[in-house]
Amino acid sequence: MKRQSYDGVAVAVPVSVPYVRYSIETAHWWIARALKQLCDRAGIAHGDLDGLSVSSFTLHPDTGVGLTQHLGLTPRWLDHIPMGGASAVVALRRAARAVQAGDADIVACVAGDTNHVDSFRKLLGSFSRFAQDASYPYGFGGPNAAFALLTDHYMRSFGATREQFGSICVDQRKNALGYPNAIMKKPLTTDQYMNARAISDPLHLFDCVMPVAGAEAFLVTREDIAKDLGVPFARTLSTIERHNAFPDDPVQLRGGWAMDVEEFWAMSGCTPRDMDVVQTYDDYPVIVAMQVEDLGFCDKGEGAAFLSTRDTTANGDFPHNTCGGQLSAGQAGAAGGYLGFVEALRQVTGQSLGLQVMNAKRALVAGFGMINFDRGLCSGAVVLEGA
Amino acid sequence: MTDPIAAPPRKDPQQRTRSPLLPPVPRSRAALLMSAAAARGELHLQGCLSCGARIYPPRDACPTCLSVRLAWQKVPDRGHVIAETTVRTTTDAYFRERTPWRVGTVRLDIGPVLMTHLHGDVETPGPCRVRAYLDKSGNAVLMALPEQETPNMADDPELRELTATPKHRRVLVTDGRTAVGQATAHALSDAGASIVFIGVATPWLPFDGQDTLTAIPNAQIVPLDLTDATSVRELAGEIGGKTDILINTADHVRPGGILSRQGLTTTRDEFEINVFGLQRLAQHFGHGMVGRGADGVNSAVALVDILPVYALANWSAWGAHSASAAARHSVLQCLRGEMRAGGVRVMSIFTGPVDDDWRQPLPPPKVAPSAVAQAVVHALENGTEESFVGDIAKDVLARWQVDPKTLERELQG
Repeated sequence: MKRQSYDGVAVAVPVSVPYVRYSIETAHWWIARALKQLCDRAGIAHGDLDGLSVSSFTLHPDTGVGLTQHLGLTPRWLDHIPMGGASAVVALRRAARAVQAGDADIVACVAGDTNHVDSFRKLLGSFSRFAQDASYPYGFGGPNAAFALLTDHYMRSFGATREQFGSICVDQRKNALGYPNAIMKKPLTTDQYMNARAISDPLHLFDCVMPVAGAEAFLVTREDIAKDLGVPFARTLSTIERHNAFPDDPVQLRGGWAMDVEEFWAMSGCTPRDMDVVQTYDDYPVIVAMQVEDLGFCDKGEGAAFLSTRDTTANGDFPHNTCGGQLSAGQAGAAGGYLGFVEALRQVTGQSLGLQVMNAKRALVAGFGMINFDRGLCSGAVVLEGA
Repeated sequence: MTDPIAAPPRKDPQQRTRSPLLPPVPRSRAALLMSAAAARGELHLQGCLSCGARIYPPRDACPTCLSVRLAWQKVPDRGHVIAETTVRTTTDAYFRERTPWRVGTVRLDIGPVLMTHLHGDVETPGPCRVRAYLDKSGNAVLMALPEQETPNMADDPELRELTATPKHRRVLVTDGRTAVGQATAHALSDAGASIVFIGVATPWLPFDGQDTLTAIPNAQIVPLDLTDATSVRELAGEIGGKTDILINTADHVRPGGILSRQGLTTTRDEFEINVFGLQRLAQHFGHGMVGRGADGVNSAVALVDILPVYALANWSAWGAHSASAAARHSVLQCLRGEMRAGGVRVMSIFTGPVDDDWRQPLPPPKVAPSAVAQAVVHALENGTEESFVGDIAKDVLARWQVDPKTLERELQG
């Protein structure tokens, strides 16, 4: 059966709660702030939310269930999505179907995490069984080491260079300087990128995201409700998700996007060229390169070269990660999976907090998450079009 | 090429001794089965009994056919390193003290892809062999090694964490009067131990082989009577702070079962040395060793005990001695858990009948004392917890792995 359209679904009210490096607050606190802003800006009471989709790594011992009582919500549809960097795309996909089917009218999609001084270390220690058994006993490099191995193999396979990855990071920093919520406030030069200290070879300091505390949110509802509320909204032209794609690849050189890319663009009625702005998941630059390849912007193996020869700043010829991405805005746990989505929603609805891409109408958002052992397992993508 | 490790300087007594830390401990139950094989120095991976798939990381079901009929099988060790990194920052306290730490992605020739510790002499991309070792937490880890031996290979800092190599370490051999003790002292000296302390009870009484012991250039004869707590305590007071490897070669052996003996005098002597002697050693030397588990090049690394393989199942013709061996085996299991806090390995060297005076009437095959000594060195150099020396010990292990109860009946003749 053919995938059904997302007609009638509105995505609205992009919310970003400004990040901080460390927080003594809890995930509950961060999520509450995002929901409060979401309701205030939509002009509704939080009791009007009849659907809730939550993503967080630090809610423990609670889940979305405990959060309903904690925050005084009585939803008739509840989802908890533990997919890290793919959370926003997947949250939208599920919420959209719930709204289309009448299971919910107004779904709050929210991701938030705190960052205590030791919460990142604790999170790593209990991340997954395969990581516990088969990767952490080997130097305990966490995601840095896992992505270092992917990056090393990618560079060997395709001849990509650190300079090419550096240009991605340098352009994103330029975008971040215009985004008031970014953690990184200083310009980044190519020299600084190249001369930064090694973290896990070939990754150096500016290849790695900084864990922070923060939250992101958006609403999924029907178009008629969005219009009643008077909020700008976007439509979902196409969206995909895929998990554990290509399990026999010895090292990850491609993600699940490559399995579904043709159907993805066919359903959207667009081509990669039609995208006015692109938001990739950027915990490390190598995965940015894979996303532009697997989603058809360039050939396999040319992603790093492609991005390094384009101007990927918000006013350039390939506007990309226009709020700086996680590499410059920070990675607020599962909210890292929302950052690009929320930014894309702002761009296509003309609500940018920073650099607005001129006449941005259509955006591609890609998500990628969960290094279970040696590779990211969850991938997703969506084309949003401003209404 | 690996740089040879230099002999450590004399320890500054004013300096704080570094606290031992362990690498990440938790493992799934499936992963512990890999550790059991690694404890004997073997590389085992899961295979699916339904479809033949080779599986890694450890699972509870086959990702190819969803069968839950998985078995751990010894596998060929050849593979290729296809990616590498050097971890320079980590949130783990153990590795933080040991960075930079090289790790690799290895594709075994039989299929599975592994993350491994990466020996400094392995090139990426390039061929390698993979070995399973126990890390200081007592869990299996995989390490990619060069295909062929390379100069000073054992001095690679990552590999040295996974072994208990005698080079530059100070060793106590507890019973210099026995053939096994003497052979062990010679072997450890040859393996690069910086000092070999050799315990001898009543040292004023001369004994066979005494002159060859005193001829070992870095040996020191020390008074040690395992039946006397005072003697053990006094020796620990002298050398406990510099005993990096403790090898208990003492074994009081007499023929006979329970009914074939009159009273308990002989049996008590056996237990006094074999079981309580081991415990006295552990109580007086163990704390110091655990505390010195991360004390630089000559950190404390291993307590080795040589015991008859009839610890696993009673050989009724030598049944009382077997009983003391079983108790000894249990004591070692306890110590293994207790000494892990310092990353100190407890190693069991299970032997078949040793070719000595007391086993003179037994037919071959018997184990030469030098073979026992070589097994001790091999265990230390490979960090293995259990070794089986000689044809009979290997035979008993094989039967025990099939069914301990059947072995019990077989050993009753």
